[in-house]
Amino acid sequence: MAQIFPRWANEVPQRILLGLIIFATATVAGVWYYFSPEYTDVGYAPEQPIEYSHKLHAGKLDIDCQYCHTNVFDSKHANVPATQTCMNCHNQIDGQNKPKEVQKIRDSWESDESIEWVRVHNLPDYAYFNHAAHVNVGVGCESCHGRVDRMEVVRQVEPLSMSWCLDCHRNPEQNVRPVEEVTTMGYKPEKDQIEMGRELVAKHNIAPPTYCQSCHY
Amino acid sequence: MSTDYQYVPEPALVKGDHSFGSITDLIAKTPLSPTPKLWYLAFGLANILLITLLGAIGYLIWDGIGIWGLNNPAGWGWAIINFVWWVGIGHAGTLISAILFLFRQGWRTAINRFAEAMTIFAVMCAGIFPAIHVGRIWVIYWVFPIPNQMAAWPNFSSPLLWDVFAVSTYFTVSLLFWYVGLIPDFATLRDKTKSKVAKITYGIASLGWTGSFRNWWNYEKAYMILAGLATPLVLSVHTIVSFDFAVSVIPGWHSTIFPPYFVAGAIYSGFAMVLTLMLIARKIYGLEDIMNIDIMEKMNLVMMITGNLVAFAYLMEGFIAWYSGYIYEQGIFWLYVVGPYAWGFWILMFCNVVTPQFLWFKKIRRNVAITFVISIIVNIGMWFERFMISVASLSTDFMPSAWDYYSPTFWDIITYIGTFGLFFTFFLLFLRFMPMVAIAEVKGVMPQADPHNYDEETNEFDIEKTKPVVVQQEQTV
Repeated sequence: MAQIFPRWANEVPQRILLGLIIFATATVAGVWYYFSPEYTDVGYAPEQPIEYSHKLHAGKLDIDCQYCHTNVFDSKHANVPATQTCMNCHNQIDGQNKPKEVQKIRDSWESDESIEWVRVHNLPDYAYFNHAAHVNVGVGCESCHGRVDRMEVVRQVEPLSMSWCLDCHRNPEQNVRPVEEVTTMGYKPEKDQIEMGRELVAKHNIAPPTYCQSCHY
Repeated sequence: MSTDYQYVPEPALVKGDHSFGSITDLIAKTPLSPTPKLWYLAFGLANILLITLLGAIGYLIWDGIGIWGLNNPAGWGWAIINFVWWVGIGHAGTLISAILFLFRQGWRTAINRFAEAMTIFAVMCAGIFPAIHVGRIWVIYWVFPIPNQMAAWPNFSSPLLWDVFAVSTYFTVSLLFWYVGLIPDFATLRDKTKSKVAKITYGIASLGWTGSFRNWWNYEKAYMILAGLATPLVLSVHTIVSFDFAVSVIPGWHSTIFPPYFVAGAIYSGFAMVLTLMLIARKIYGLEDIMNIDIMEKMNLVMMITGNLVAFAYLMEGFIAWYSGYIYEQGIFWLYVVGPYAWGFWILMFCNVVTPQFLWFKKIRRNVAITFVISIIVNIGMWFERFMISVASLSTDFMPSAWDYYSPTFWDIITYIGTFGLFFTFFLLFLRFMPMVAIAEVKGVMPQADPHNYDEETNEFDIEKTKPVVVQQEQTV
């Protein structure tokens, strides 16, 4: 009976095995990295209708976050300011750097057309996030939104994935700060964060929920 | 008891005057000869049904499960009935190949390959239903315990999750078991074929099998271990399927008899399906010498036993309903008998309780035509068993305000019919390209394989000659 396979066929099983190992590793690692919100969502910084700069307003001018985002301590939803808020200053102050952008605000004021801001931090509608519940027990703006005072254009810095939420809900002491420091950017605790965090958790009686109903109703 | 008993030799497992060579030729003939026209016809029909199935599934995913006839009390309808039915069909394959192997039943060799193939394809048909009966098939991967960005994990206390593990393990082990068995036979085909392509294909499939002593030694051990693993698996898989019902609180479902009763029913319907297919195949492919009447009779006996086990379970359900003194349990049983689905119950009673009683008669057990009819009736009956369990119990449970009648829609029916397309597409491919009888194993049970077959003294069976041997053995103990 004639030989069917050539001599190199001896090496085929090892090659296939090696190939499979490489393929499986690459698939797992690839999915792990590229399919995760760390990759897909973090760094999302869409172009806004107005070239608004947090870096200028919150950073250089040191305006407190709550001046514009007024409802954050009271409402589950942290509002984007209405044109009215912009007009408090910009009815008199022309933008020195970007006069065209300021003109857009005035146009909105005159025409009664809302400015179509693009939302950056988008949770699906089946996750009911509550801003007031977080800031009132000392979760700083910075912990979830990053150093907004240094952002020319707002971008997402945290993945906002469920495991990211749960990481903090399971160990809140790593992120809580005194309530009066919530809007402080670049806050440095006076003592060890974990030690202070534990005290604050006890003080405010913080028991972050990890059951389904707390966020998904 | 009479002392006048005598040793009745088992009839030869392979009929006709076959040698090793003629057995190989008989079985290898089909995969190695040109495709018959009838095969193309059957394959075309099966493909049409398969496309129907794919279309029905596509529309289901597109439009939602509302296209089925499910209603609020009966959230489980044909999809689950068919799932349990197909899984049940698959169980005979493993019973024949694993459990009968552990019991050293030589007659299994005639049908084990056939039954294992049937298992694989039936489990494929079954596996479709748990996937498509969910409302959101695109997140079905959430049932797997994979670390993910949601920090979410499946709930391991649900029998539906156990189903995932049971059925996927069952499929994998069945496939491995089947493939291990096929290796020596692929080698036979590799060596017999004249076609270059077939030689390479069978050559790859047979993984360099040479049939050496060492090959066979490892093979037999591996086969034994797999049989030992597959046996508890086959019992646990259908047990887990039965837990889907038994773990719940629904009257008519919450019953501890379900696990063994479902397994018995699975073997019952599985054997019926093997018989249906075998009786056709042996005729078309001329395998009457191997899949002979003796084999058929033995299968009928298994069917009779499991059929009576199932009948006993029905009786028990009725008895326990009465004995429990629990109105809902009594109510549901009463509704089975005279309620809106009473027609299903009486079909079930006829098919599963009356039919196996015919098999007490040797003449009927050995009659091909009647066996064929019975095997089909049994599978109809077992479908109705799952229908009654799923639908009748759900439609009429605790609160009369939540009672509703379930009837399937066109899409329920077409999906079920379509699964036959999937089944027969693969089954016909199997019949065409693979040895449908385990060549090596059949040779192992032929008289020629017995090392003493050619001995002068025992060449012809003689009770007088064997007697002293037995006595001698007793003395040495």
